[in-house]
This record gives sequence, C-alpha cells and structure tokens, in this order.
Amino acid sequence: MINIFQVATKNLLRKKTRSALTIFGIALAAWVLASLFGFNKGYESSLNKDIDNLGFQMLVTAKGCPYEAATLMLKGGTGLRYMKQEIADQVSKEPEVEKVTPMLMQAVFDPNKGENGGITAYLGVDPATFPKMKGSLKFKQGGWFIGLNANEAVMGYEAAELEQREVEDLLLIPEKNVEIKVVGILARTGTQDDGTIFLPLNTVQRIFGIKDELTGIGIKVKKDADINKFEERLYNLPDVQVVSLTQVKNTIMTLVSTAKVMVFSIALIAILIAMMGVVNTILMSIMERRQELGILKAIGAMGKDIFKLIWLESLILCLAGGIVGTALALATAKLTEFLIRKLLPYAPSGSLVKIDYPLVLFTLGLVSLIGLVSGIYPSWKAGKVRPLESIRSEVE
Amino acid sequence: MNNKNHLAITAQTLTKVYHRGSEQIFAVNGVSLSIEEGRFVSFVGPSGSGKTTLINILGCLDNPTSGKLEVAGRKIFDQGKTLSEAELTRIRRELFGYIFQKFYLIPTLTVLENVVLPFTFYKKPGASEDIDKVLKLMGIDHRKNHLPGQISGGEMQRVAIARALVNKPRILLADEPTGNLDVKRSEEIGEILKELNQKEGLTVVLVTHNPNLARMAHRVIELRDGKILLS
Repeated sequence: MINIFQVATKNLLRKKTRSALTIFGIALAAWVLASLFGFNKGYESSLNKDIDNLGFQMLVTAKGCPYEAATLMLKGGTGLRYMKQEIADQVSKEPEVEKVTPMLMQAVFDPNKGENGGITAYLGVDPATFPKMKGSLKFKQGGWFIGLNANEAVMGYEAAELEQREVEDLLLIPEKNVEIKVVGILARTGTQDDGTIFLPLNTVQRIFGIKDELTGIGIKVKKDADINKFEERLYNLPDVQVVSLTQVKNTIMTLVSTAKVMVFSIALIAILIAMMGVVNTILMSIMERRQELGILKAIGAMGKDIFKLIWLESLILCLAGGIVGTALALATAKLTEFLIRKLLPYAPSGSLVKIDYPLVLFTLGLVSLIGLVSGIYPSWKAGKVRPLESIRSEVE
Repeated sequence: MNNKNHLAITAQTLTKVYHRGSEQIFAVNGVSLSIEEGRFVSFVGPSGSGKTTLINILGCLDNPTSGKLEVAGRKIFDQGKTLSEAELTRIRRELFGYIFQKFYLIPTLTVLENVVLPFTFYKKPGASEDIDKVLKLMGIDHRKNHLPGQISGGEMQRVAIARALVNKPRILLADEPTGNLDVKRSEEIGEILKELNQKEGLTVVLVTHNPNLARMAHRVIELRDGKILLS
C-alpha cells in the first residue's frame, strides 16, 4: 500500500533540482530566522549575565551623557567626569542599600601597547567592599590586595596575558612612572573584567593626583527594595546621574534595535521570496501534472484529496527547508556571532547567538506555517481541476 | 457477477454541442442506447465521429448538453440537471474503471504502487485484497517493483488496467487502450478485456479504431458525425 505522504514525496522527487532549489530558498529563510531569533535571545541573556557579573544593580556617576555612563559601566571608558567621595557615604545610608563600593577609573596612553600604542585603564576599587560585591571573581594566581594604599594590582586574565605578567612581577604605569606589584591574576570571566587592572582606590587617587573624587559608585540594592523610587531619590543628590540595570539594558538594546530591524526586514523579504518560490514550484508542478491530477480524480480522488496531496507537497518542501536551515543556523552560530561582533558597536561577552531546542521547534513551526499558507492557492487550484479537462490538456 | 438483465447504462437522445465561434458542432447528436450489465460493447467509427465524447459522457467524465443519462439506475443527467462534481466523483469511484490510450502512470511510483494508488484516496468495500492476484491476472506480477520507465508499453497498459480493476468497478471504460501499442500487444490487451468480461462478468465499454479488437465485443456500435450508424 502507499499512503498520501509517500505519493507527495515521490512527486517532489520527480524534479529533484527544482525541489532542491526551493528547499534551499526556504532553508535560507529558516537560517536567517533561526539566527535572528537566536541572536535576540542570546544577546539579551548575555547582556543580563554581564550586568549580573558587575555585582551591583545600580551605578551612580557624575552627571554627563548616559551613553558614556553605560559604556563606563560595561566597557570601562574614558572621557571621565568626577563626583565627590562623600556621596558614597551619603548613598550608603539610604535604607534600600545593601552595599556600596566606590570606584575611580583612570586611563593612560601606553605607547608600548600593541603596534601603535593603546589606552590602559586602571580601576581603583575599595579593598574592603569591592571583592565582597564581586564574589563571582575567581583567581588564577594570588589574591586581592589588602593594604588601602599599597602599590599593588590585580590584573584581569587578558590584561595579564597582554602584559605578560605573573604574580610578584612589577607593572609600570606609563606617564606616571610608578611601579606597582602584581598580587593577583583573575581567572577568565568572559566579561570586561578580563581586560581591567584593579588597584586600591586610594592608590589610584594618589598616583593620579585626584583627591576625594570618584568616577562611579556601585550599589547593591536590598532584595525587596523599590529600585525606581530609590533611583528617583538618588537624583536629589547634586550633579549625579543614576544608571540602573534596566536603563543600561534599555540603552544597549536601543543601540542594537536598529540592527535588529534591518535583519528582521531581510528575514521578512527572505520569507516572502521563499514563499513565492514554493508557490511557483507547486504551481509549475501541478501544471505539468494536470493530466495525472485528472486521472487521480477519475480513479476516485475527491477535490479535497487532491488539495491535501498538493498541500502536503508544499509542507514537505518547507519542512525540509526548515530542517536544513535550522541545522545551518546551528552549524554557523559561531560564524554569525563573529560577524555580529564585528558589526555591532557593543556586544556583551557571553554567547550572542543562542539556538536552543524550543527555538528550533519554533522556527520549524513557523516555516511549516509558511508552507501551509503558500500551499493554499496551488492546492485549491489543483483540487478544482475537472478530470476530463485535465486529461485532455496537452501540457506535459 | 452475471446481471445481464440489469441495465448498466441508459442514454436517451444525448447531445453534446461544442461552439467554435458562431459555429455549432454536434459531437454527439441525439444518441440513445442501453448497455446491459455484463456486456462487452465497442464503439467504432472514424476520427471525429464522437466516440470518445460519447464514452466520456457515459463514464460521467463529461456532461451532455441535453438528453438523459442513467448509470446503474442512478440519474446522472436529466435535461440540463446534473450532479455536483463531488457526487460525480462518488459515482465514478463506485462504478467505473477507466483505461486511456496514454497510460498515465506516475513515473516515480513502482508498478505495484501505481496499481494500488486508488486505495490512497478510496477503498471500496469489497475491493481487491489480493493485489498479487490482480497483478498475476495482468501478467505483470514479475514487474511489480519496476518503475513505469523500465517496462514496455504493453506492460504499462496492463498496469493501467490493473489500477482500474483494484476497486472492483462494475463498468470498465476503455478509450483506445491499444492506440499506442503494436499488433501483438493490442491483441493481448483485447484478450484481457474479453477475459475480464467473460470470467469476471465486468461490463466493458470500448472505443477503438482496431476492427479486430472491436469484433471481440458482443455488440459493435458504429458512430458517424455523432450519430449511431450501425448497431
């Protein structure tokens, strides 16, 4: 016996090249779709992870451009503005606050960095509060500095690799000509911490000649605190701005949304082209098989049977394309990630394209839906052929 | 299976008119006839005499312009009133088996798959369960796993006959079944039709140009210009 699925599959195998090209078109659309949705998912979760790894949910900075503040928070930028250190004490007294940690970011041009020199950033942190807040940091070698004024540094994994330093080695701060001793090297985190050199806050203030000033205050809020109300109150402090986790996320998501809209448009066009491909393939196929469809009606197929057969053919094409496309998306996820990193102004450190099981199923479902929709017209057209007219037609 | 007293097909003043510009062409012109169950009837006549048009109307594949048609006691057409396409399909699959000059086999399906293809859409109660028997009867059992492209024209027509038979039709309509075959293969197909009529009691309605084949029938009807010339 032979079922309708076998008949449909064997029909598609008749014109292998045409079917393969149609499947390829669908596969491209499915590939773009799966990669796009994977990016949507991966980018946001990696961004959340990056923000979690910061150890604090809010950052108070001196008043300035919010994008600059966001960059400072996540990337460690330059163009710095300062606020008074006493603000940290004021903030710590707020009832919503669990912990605060003051920070002072400084950057100098290092002519020996890379081929043409580069910027090296130093983050002054409080040895008493920062390590506790950043409990997720693990050491490859050594440990945190203890002395509040010690000329000691903890290097991020990549910073240590780049400078080729080990614990007990000395590190020269260019421009300032001060040598500091490396006391710890962090294990790889996959975040911006990997490229940072941490020094005690007082040491940075002393070396760079900045007295009682900070670039940022990291705040860990109590679990049940109302962050929005707290944020409003923080704005009462003079010349500060507050960057909360939600704000940072929104700011960055706004930056990438333009790219997303573009890719969504491309995906939409790819879907439309693929749909037209399916409609065209199936219409061509039913035109060529007009006589056969007439015979099928003569041997007992009702209009709805023919509709089902042709609809199934569209579905098979789309499902096959969907499977190939999602497999391609899975196989090329790393390449997609590499390209996205090249294109986007900021990308979090974790995996950017996350194609998981539910996403694969979702893509296949969507592609099947495309198949069903594209198949409606050709199937309806095939279903209403009159047997004798079809048998008489000479289209081969 | 011999129900020779029952009428398989009754037609009264069937007419089929085609229009070519302002000209009216009577492909079938007032044909009245009865075919009893279990009979073997052949239609002969020159090209354009209306044989195929008539057999298509009798086989419920086409509607007449006017007249009356009853098949196995069911009214198919009565002065302009006809059944819906779905009802006609039901009648066709219940009562008829069709064979055409071109075999219309699906090239990607094997002989066996082509033969059982009607079951994909409809299996009549009492349809052939023993497909091997049908294949053997047609002499194609040794070819059942071959594709149509791998067998001869005569064998292809046997496959088409087997396909027409699996749902145990009461009437077999054969339109020029040997038109694409050589003399020897034509005789073989003629013998098969004769056997199906004699041994299985199948009503066979044949359209042919081949006088030898036509002579195998109980009754030969000659058509000319859409009218019955001799019966």
